[in-house]
Amino acid sequence: MTAPNIVAPQTHDWTQDEAFMSELRQQMLKFATLQLQDASIAEDAVQDAFIGALKNQQTFGRRASFKTWVFAILKHKIIDVIRNNQRLVPSSLVQNDEEDEAGLEVWDQQFDNRGYWHLSERPTAWQQPSESAASDQFWRVFEVCLEGLPGQYSRAYMMREFIGLSTNEICQQLVMTENSLNVLLYRARSKLRKCLQTNWIDKGA
Amino acid sequence: MMNCKSATQLLSQAQDRKLTFIESTRVKLHTAMCKGCRNYGMQMKQLSDLSKRFIQPEPRS
Repeated sequence: MTAPNIVAPQTHDWTQDEAFMSELRQQMLKFATLQLQDASIAEDAVQDAFIGALKNQQTFGRRASFKTWVFAILKHKIIDVIRNNQRLVPSSLVQNDEEDEAGLEVWDQQFDNRGYWHLSERPTAWQQPSESAASDQFWRVFEVCLEGLPGQYSRAYMMREFIGLSTNEICQQLVMTENSLNVLLYRARSKLRKCLQTNWIDKGA
Repeated sequence: MMNCKSATQLLSQAQDRKLTFIESTRVKLHTAMCKGCRNYGMQMKQLSDLSKRFIQPEPRS
């Protein structure tokens, strides 16, 4: 798949920066594929997002602004696909029951048999999250932690926190009850929290 | 008193829906005594904020 052709060079035309564009495209693809669970639908959404971005091209002084802009368009494309496409959810979600059970076991080890935190697992306060958030290193850790979530955890989590779909919509898409979704989101958040705790906070970053 | 497992489950759900009065009272009673769950609850909000910034990455390159 080739990047769309670009016209009209501008003072700050990030689309001319091949390395940046190819990295951006990879990130978008990864994100869209996770959401849509279908490589070719994801390709289409990313392609559409690029075309949409270029059609309404503006001058962006900073790479980050351009990236935000294209990602925002992609997000809307994904919402469109999710809302319009009933056949999206593959049976893989149902197959993942085993992973689910395994996840539960690992998860339960954080608590003792009465359901209280083991001392070593008890969450400690996170200092200065806003400062951490400014560092590229932090975002790399965040990305790795997200990628470490089992597929359906991260999918539910992203639909909720990234795309901002309602509980009803997510339940419809993933064909599950609200209770099951609550459990998925709970485990996703807990794993993400623990991963950040271990790989960022505890390393004294 | 509610245990940490139940409290953290509700603290997660508080991101998605308004807890009932009884749920929210029980969670508050628990977190008043339990620093771990208090931190967990704050981190739920931080995670949500971080996730929003991940997608709208102003400070990222």
